[in-house]
Amino acid sequence: MATSTPPAPRTAPGPAATASRPAAPRRRRWSVGSVALYTVATLAALLWFVPLLWAFATSVKTEGDTTVMPPTWLTENPTFEAYQLVLGRGDILRWTVNSLITTVIVTVLTLILCVLAAYGFSRFDFRGRPGLFALVVGGILIPPQTLIVPQFVLMTQLGLVDTYWGVALPQVVAPVFVFILKRFFDAIPRDYEDAARLDGAGPLRVLWSVILPLSRPILTAVGIFTFIGAWNNFLWPFIVTNDPEMMTLPVGLGTAVGQYGIQYAQVMASAVLGAIPLLVVFLLFQKHIVTGVAGAGIKG
Amino acid sequence: MTQNTRAPAPRPAPGPATTAPPGLVDVRRRPTDWTGLWFVLPFLAFYALFLLWPAVVGFGYSFTDRSLAGGDVSFVGLDNWSETLTDPAMYDSLWNTLWFTVLSVPLMVLLALGLALLTDHARRLGWFLRLSFFAPFVLPVTVMTLIWGWMYNPSLGLFNGMLGRFGIEGPEWLFSEDTAMFSVVIATAWWQVGFNYLLYLAAMQSIPKDVYEAAAIDGAGAWQRNGRITLPLLARTTALIAVLQLIGSLRVFEQIYLMTSGGPNFATRTVIQYIYDSGFVGLRIGLASSMAYVFMVLIIAASIAQFRLFSRKEG
Repeated sequence: MATSTPPAPRTAPGPAATASRPAAPRRRRWSVGSVALYTVATLAALLWFVPLLWAFATSVKTEGDTTVMPPTWLTENPTFEAYQLVLGRGDILRWTVNSLITTVIVTVLTLILCVLAAYGFSRFDFRGRPGLFALVVGGILIPPQTLIVPQFVLMTQLGLVDTYWGVALPQVVAPVFVFILKRFFDAIPRDYEDAARLDGAGPLRVLWSVILPLSRPILTAVGIFTFIGAWNNFLWPFIVTNDPEMMTLPVGLGTAVGQYGIQYAQVMASAVLGAIPLLVVFLLFQKHIVTGVAGAGIKG
Repeated sequence: MTQNTRAPAPRPAPGPATTAPPGLVDVRRRPTDWTGLWFVLPFLAFYALFLLWPAVVGFGYSFTDRSLAGGDVSFVGLDNWSETLTDPAMYDSLWNTLWFTVLSVPLMVLLALGLALLTDHARRLGWFLRLSFFAPFVLPVTVMTLIWGWMYNPSLGLFNGMLGRFGIEGPEWLFSEDTAMFSVVIATAWWQVGFNYLLYLAAMQSIPKDVYEAAAIDGAGAWQRNGRITLPLLARTTALIAVLQLIGSLRVFEQIYLMTSGGPNFATRTVIQYIYDSGFVGLRIGLASSMAYVFMVLIIAASIAQFRLFSRKEG
């Protein structure tokens, strides 16, 4: 990272000079402007953490302490009792496993289907290609939320209600990723493939050993966003699961609130537990996620 | 070369028959005319089954009195459509959706811009700021609604507790028709602004540094550089973010449903929830389908209009 220059060099020399005299003899590094800027930035960031911190602060209280007014941030007798109770019921773990299984199915299938389709549209000329591609691109405009009723009827007919496949399959259709990947593949020069072709590589081989290695950033971005989207999807899993055993984490947490009633420490403990998996994913892949969004935006 | 490959695929569709001979002729350029179709087919199969088919079937349902509870289905013509189009509750939910959109789009564009400007200038805090502003985006919606529901709690929540310290009696937040929508919008902004924020940040960081240096040499202060250089160069990004946010906001359902169930007194019921209520609570699949179609057409029209406007600005 470029940390060489302070953001606002010498905008307000007066007060900055007095401030820096006793502290640092080297150079004026902190003008009033940049002190204000950094203060505001830090405060905004801390403000953004308040909801999560408050959830955690509540979750380590005893149920009695959660209802004390005015609310306090630090409890005198912190306890993990709420976590023990919530985890002891076992359903959060069950939902997490369900979420993991369905999300992995969605992510893997989405990547395979979209990569194959994008490669087909990008590299081959076949009858009906423009029409089919237009059909796929048009699908981007259809809001999947408006299809829940016929999709649910279809799932009933297929016998997939309350199954992992029922949760996963309708989420696999992501025309926008076909579009994004095709644009990326289009930009890869064909010369790279010619060498492989001369060595006798077939189309699948070319895809696997030439195109995919060159597409790693976009594949990572598509994979991560599919993963986050599927993990956090609420409406469809909510529709297609009735059995608490088959619910995903967001759906299970949504339906469980009623059971806990007004036991806020336990509600917040569940929220914290529900937040952890993707926060960990985010911390691990922060760089990829940030560049992934950036790439999507710059291409527009 | 291309003529050779085109020629052997005449109009009767003898797929397998033609694949072999031209393969000998021109394997390298284009393996066969049909290879591409095989790559596209798996996606198209899923697409047809889970998106196109439901879309077609749903249109059919809208002309019947089909019920989720089963039973005989009969054709009822345009009854569902006229019921949808004359139902005051449908217009109320459309209005609620629109009101949410009108409140959330400017907020989530301007907030993202402000946070990105802060981050772009306070470079030393870059990692920390990105973490705190974007992290909420990865939270499941239920986690967000549980936490905000608790903070909004009128008698025991954080907000009214803090206000109470100053002797102010806080509002009812989610429990009053006057404040429920605003409360949902604020929570949504906290949760989802991170995506717009990252788009802005990426755009800012792709502005060449020498533009700023030149301006600084000419004596432009920080505010001037923001106003005269950064903001104009972000016009395109702003248009993109506004379009994406508008389409996203029109589709709102989950967080509102989880925080207020559409209440109080249906003041926050969105169209998607009304479709859900009609189909899965009221069990009237036919009616829910005609509602879904009306809404789908509106959303598609809005999307196309936006993209038109956006691409005209480009040209």
